[in-house]
Order: sequence, then structure tokens, then C-alpha cells
Amino acid sequence: MASDANFEEPLRRIRERISELEGYPESPQRAREIGKQREKLDKLAEEIYRKLSPWQKTLVARHPSRPFCLDYVRLLTTDFVEWHGDRAFGDDPAIVAGFAVFGKRVVAIVGHQKGRDTKEKIRRNFGMPRPEGYRKALRIMKLAEKFQRPVLSFIDTQGAYPGLDSEERGVAEAIARNLLVMSQLRVPIIATVIGEGGSGGALGIGVADTVLMLEHSVYSVISPEGCAAILWKDQARAQEAAEAMRVTAADCKALGVADEVVAEPPGGAHADPVATIDNVGRALRVHLDRLAPMPVDALLEGRYNKFRRMGAFA
Amino acid sequence: MWFKKDKAPRAPRDPRTSSSIQEGLFLKCEECKETLFAREVERNRRVCPKCGYHFRLPADERLRLLFDDERYDIRFADVKPTDPLKFKDTKKYRDRLREYEVKTGRSDAILAATGAIDGRKTVVAVMDYAFMGGSMGSVVGEVLARSAELALAEKCPLVVVTSSGGARMQEGILSLMQMAKVSAALGRLGAARLPYVAILTDPTTGGVTASFAMLGDATLAEPKALIGFAGPRVIEQTIRQTLPEGFQRSEFLLEHGFVDLVVTRHELKAALANVLMLLSPAA
Ligand SMILES: [Zn+2]
Repeated sequence: MASDANFEEPLRRIRERISELEGYPESPQRAREIGKQREKLDKLAEEIYRKLSPWQKTLVARHPSRPFCLDYVRLLTTDFVEWHGDRAFGDDPAIVAGFAVFGKRVVAIVGHQKGRDTKEKIRRNFGMPRPEGYRKALRIMKLAEKFQRPVLSFIDTQGAYPGLDSEERGVAEAIARNLLVMSQLRVPIIATVIGEGGSGGALGIGVADTVLMLEHSVYSVISPEGCAAILWKDQARAQEAAEAMRVTAADCKALGVADEVVAEPPGGAHADPVATIDNVGRALRVHLDRLAPMPVDALLEGRYNKFRRMGAFA
Repeated sequence: MWFKKDKAPRAPRDPRTSSSIQEGLFLKCEECKETLFAREVERNRRVCPKCGYHFRLPADERLRLLFDDERYDIRFADVKPTDPLKFKDTKKYRDRLREYEVKTGRSDAILAATGAIDGRKTVVAVMDYAFMGGSMGSVVGEVLARSAELALAEKCPLVVVTSSGGARMQEGILSLMQMAKVSAALGRLGAARLPYVAILTDPTTGGVTASFAMLGDATLAEPKALIGFAGPRVIEQTIRQTLPEGFQRSEFLLEHGFVDLVVTRHELKAALANVLMLLSPAA
């Protein structure tokens, strides 16, 4: 099963071949060969990505080149201003929050933010928020309510930070408070899982009227590794755990947790970030247009019932 | 044998399994290591008569402890677990459920009831750690949401006694969503100005802490209960340090501002009744 992680290898080889060809002097043959290789790449990417296992999707969801929250903000909005700090302890760079213009509306943005290079990864704590991050998000959502702006939330975290300081300052309370307040926030909320939806740390900004998931994103109660370590007593059984927990976007839609799955281009979001972000932008516009005119009471009733219905029992 | 003094070196204390009373005539206190008469401990509300250590209390004993004259009506017992994911690890989830049902006589990790506390009608829901580590799946979430809605309909307070390792992995993402579901139901209760009191007992961790355990209008905790989001072992692995003594215990949370009151089991009912009186609408 080690080959599981190498599903991108054939694609990498074709991409290498294309850039090699691009180094040759221009000629009709070169152009033809590049065209042929591109076609092959698209076809193969489509084929491989259509059949990804839940574990492989988990790896795609964590891909370091996948677009992050701020990439969406940069491409989809203008006039973004980032707000900082929870007004109680500090600013948590693992969550970004602020306001921006999206289409014809001003929206509030909250989202997990991972880092691209080592320095940035460390600064953003690998996208694992401390309590301050959730409290900053809450502050901005309350502002959104005050100024009547819909909230767009972007979910991408392996989970809240399991550290000593995080516990000391009450990360559980911070998440819990967000769940309650978001369930009553008197403006539309759309949450989009763009990468990893890691347990309570994801849900802490995930209570919404509409939940979108990118095609290869995952959403789970615990990481497959964590689940494997507890139930199989072996972290290496993460593939089975991912399968058993049904972490994929399609599963979450079938279980009533996601409302819509947003398509990713062949080869995944990291193969074509711009197309991916466009797809998300289109979906966000459609749902905002639908939610914005709704009377607040109907909106809140719908949001309550949406989560109230989740679960399966006899 | 219970009187044997020298034993194999003890494994590090596991807060998930350590404090249940073993079957038999005698038991050993986790805290003071005294050998105690099981009957005596049981009669003492499962508190060590020597040092005051709080053993875990089964859910039905908790209900008897809190309600006047030990009288109450069980509610929502008809909500039973299913296996929405057809989950299987080393064992099938269905088989696990059946095993725990046989072991505990309960179909899931929660017991809800209505009754009177100092004459005041109250809905109480108690989690049961003995059933799959008190893990929260759809049944726990549903019973809690119904309890909150019942309190809302009856215009009475809600009390939840937590004891849980967190969300139940075998129901996957549906377990996670119970956090949102219950929190939203508590939001409605709060909007109607009806009191919600959380009583945290050993252990309360994971998704239970990160939702209704931390949303009480008043938050009471039993002494030395483990209360946290991440478990101590996960934190130690993350920060590669040993955690300080008393970390994530009730007294630690009190000191850091996340618990209002640490009360012994013997004082619990009186403290709860008092809080309910202070928060309830004037009669
Ligand atoms: Zn003792």
C-alpha cells in the first residue's frame, strides 16, 4: 500500500517530459508532441483523480501547493483588510479574518491559513489555531452581524493546536462559544472546506447556512492517523481509517453534512489553483444570491434545522 | 490479591480507565493507594473515605444523587444507535455496541431524566463513561438536543453531567456534527433565558469539552476531574514535554477561569440547587 502515496508519479513524469520538450527549439513536431503530451496528461489526471481512495484524497487535501484561504481572498475579492487580534490575549496567524469586496457585496472573511514555506508554516503554526484564533474569528463575525455583512468561512486545518498554552487559555471554550454564536448569527454564513476539515478545530468556524466542500477535500471527526492509532493501535493503518470514517466530500454530502461538492480541475486544486478558485467563487456567488434576500428568522430556522437533523439513530 | 504489597512496576496512570471501581469486595484508591471496602466506598457516593478521591459514578447513581427523593422519569430511552457508516476497525461497530449494551445494560452513553431538584422541575442528562468511554455519537447528540428542547418547552432549567473521551469515531463526521447540534439547541435555551448548568466529571475531553461542557451559564466540576480538549498524551507528544502536575484538572480550570465552582460530590446537589435558584426566573 506504500504506492498509495505515489499516485501522482505518472503525472509528474509527463509534466517533466513537457517541460523538457519546451526547452527544445520551436518546430511543428515539438508543438505536436507537446500537444499530445498535454492531452495524455489531462486524460491520465482525470482518470487517476476520479479513482482516488479516501486516504489519497486526504493526501491531496493536505498538498502543500493547494490554494489556501488567502489565495481565495486574493483572487476572488478586492479591498481586503485583515483584522488582527482577539482583544484579550493576542493575534493568531493560523486564522485570518477581515472584510473584503466580493462581487457586489462586502463580506466578512474568516479562514484557517497554512504556510507555504518553512518560515511561514511555523509562523502560522501549520494552520493549527490557538484559542485566540477562534476568538478573533468570533469578533469579526460579530462585527459582520453588526454591519450586516455575510460571512465566508474557509476551512483548512488538521485541527486546533493541542498544546499546553492552547489548553491553558481554553481552546475548547473558544470553539464551543463559536458553535453557539454561529448558530445564532443574524447574517448568512457560507463555509467552504478547501482542504482539511480536521475535527473540532475545523467546525469551530464551520457552523453555516451552506457548507461547500471541494471535490478532494476531507472532513472528519479525527485524523485518519489519530483514528488508526486509537482503534487499530497502529498509526500506519490510516488508509483503512480514512476509508472507514468516510471522510471524502462525496461521503459528507451523502451523510447530509455538505450541501454541495465543488469540482476540482483534473489533477486536483494544486494542478490548477486559478480554475479551482474560480469554481469556488461561482458557487459562493450562487449561494450568497440565494441566502442574502432571506428574512433573518427563516435563515436562522433553516440553519438550526440543518444541524438539528444531522445524525443517525433508530 | 488485594493485600499483595509488592507488585510489578505500574504503567503510567491512564485517566481513561484508571478510576473505575473493580468488581469485588475490596478496591484500591487511585489517589492514596489505600485498600478500601468496596461497599464502604459505594455507600460514600464512590468517594474515597480516606482521601476524598472521586471514583467515577455510574449515570443512574448520578441521577439518584441529584433528584429529590431519588425520584425521576427517564426520557428519550427509545433513541437507539445505528451504524450509519457500516464501520469496522478490528471489530464491527455493531458488535461493539452490542458488547457495551450487555456490559452496561444501556444502549448508549447517555441517560436523560426529568424530576425535581429542591422542588424545582429540571431536565438532567448524564453521560456514562462506562459505555464506550462516554463517546458522543448521534444518540448522545440527539438525546442532549431533545433534552434542551424539552427544557425549553417546559420552561425549566437543563443540567448536563459530562463524562466522555470525546466524539465517537465509529460514526465519523456525524459525531462531530453533534457538537454543533447540541450547541445550537443550548443557544435556543439561552435565548429563552432558561438556565443551563454543566457539571464536569472525570474525564471530560475532546468534542464534548469543545461544545456543551464549556457553554454552561454556570460550570461546576468535581475535584480533580480531567477536563481538556486534547488528551494529555497527545499534548505531551506535540510539545515533547511532560505536563505539570495538576494540568487539565478541575482546580487548574478554576484557576484559569473556565470553571465557576469545584464541589465535592457530597456538596454537589446543594450547590446545584442553589445555582438553579439564583438563575431561574422568580416564581
Ligand atoms: Zn483515597
